[in-house]
Amino acid sequence: MKIALDILSWVLLTAGGVFVLVGGIGALRMPNLYTRMHAASVTDTMGAILVIAGVMIQAGFTLVTIKLAAILLFLLITSPTASYALGNAAMLAGIKPDAGSAADPEKAP
Amino acid sequence: MTVLFGVLLLTLLVITAVAIVRTKNLFVAVMLLGIFSLLIAANFFLLDAADVALTEAAVGAGISTVLFLGALALTSEFEHAATPHRWLSLAVVTGAALVVLYATFDKPEFGDPNAPVHQHVAPWYLQKTPEYIDIPNVVTAVLGSYRGYDTLGEVFVVFTAGIGVLFLLSARRGPAGRRRPDQAHDPAIGLRSHVIPLVVSRLLAPFILLFGLYVQFHGEYGPGGGFQAGALIAAAFILYALIEGEERTLRVLPQGALNALMVGGALLYGGVGVVGMLEGAEFLNYSVLAANPVKGQQLGIILIEAGVGMTVTGVLLSIFHAFAARDRA
Repeated sequence: MKIALDILSWVLLTAGGVFVLVGGIGALRMPNLYTRMHAASVTDTMGAILVIAGVMIQAGFTLVTIKLAAILLFLLITSPTASYALGNAAMLAGIKPDAGSAADPEKAP
Repeated sequence: MTVLFGVLLLTLLVITAVAIVRTKNLFVAVMLLGIFSLLIAANFFLLDAADVALTEAAVGAGISTVLFLGALALTSEFEHAATPHRWLSLAVVTGAALVVLYATFDKPEFGDPNAPVHQHVAPWYLQKTPEYIDIPNVVTAVLGSYRGYDTLGEVFVVFTAGIGVLFLLSARRGPAGRRRPDQAHDPAIGLRSHVIPLVVSRLLAPFILLFGLYVQFHGEYGPGGGFQAGALIAAAFILYALIEGEERTLRVLPQGALNALMVGGALLYGGVGVVGMLEGAEFLNYSVLAANPVKGQQLGIILIEAGVGMTVTGVLLSIFHAFAARDRA
């Protein structure tokens, strides 16, 4: 039982780590701001959910698990709001969400 | 493992510091300063200094970022061109860095139990706290009681900073009111037209306040205390101000109330010390506050932590309002 829980927790943690890595690579490699935000959102959602679920299994039925659940809930509420605020601010600053365009002005060669 | 993580975090810290110095865009520099604070908070946590980590995360990464942004709104986004004495500054910085590096050779090994810091008063604090004060968090006992004078000094530094900012920033405010009248109903102030941040902030603000109060009154048992709680409570009000606009925030908690918090907290702290003197003990000796000396110590710590929290909340919010209310020069 203990080993099964450990394996499950490590699978979740590793999968979460992979999503965070993918999000990080995407945030660096994507061409413009909106696509980069899209890539980074993977870390907020799948990365956070999987990593916290893995840690919760490690913690077992303790107060720590409840605290972790509260943190997860908090993250799931705040990070989409932050993404909204960021996207909105970019829109107001005049950055066009043009999927076909090559790159941000500052990134253009 | 701890050492490995520590080296990684410190390396990232150096990279961030270099990036802060290199960037010409002050907005980017402010964001990097927030990352710098988060990294150093993680490092403090790695070294089991949870109280310091909480303070650094709340004040360094949270409040000071907002205050820097408030200051940036009043000035230019870009740094001025470099000053001509670059070689002189480089020489000074290199010299200072070499001296500091030379000093590190005499430092004890990481985690060395024979290091002077573990031999001086720390063992006494750890042994005697259950007997004299009887609270689980020794950090709060040290901060509130053994080193009460230092903490009083810190509170007065915060208080003085608040007074200084109020003097400097409210100097040119017109007698007619805080704002130009045409700005009062400007929809661009605050984000009230944006439903998502509005709903989420209204959902979260009570919980942030509750967590602030928890940190305030749980400081005897876990990481926390007046400084962290003050920063968290101020953060809840700043969130409210960012969304609902500054005017409505000042209606909830007017400047007069903030001044009262600022002065009242410092007075409460000093007053607890004076009461101790009137009861026949030394200044800031809490043992005489109750019939039982241990209960007296606990009561004293709760009271002075409340004073710290009040002053920090009042000062942080006053500074925020002072920046936000000022028209762009």
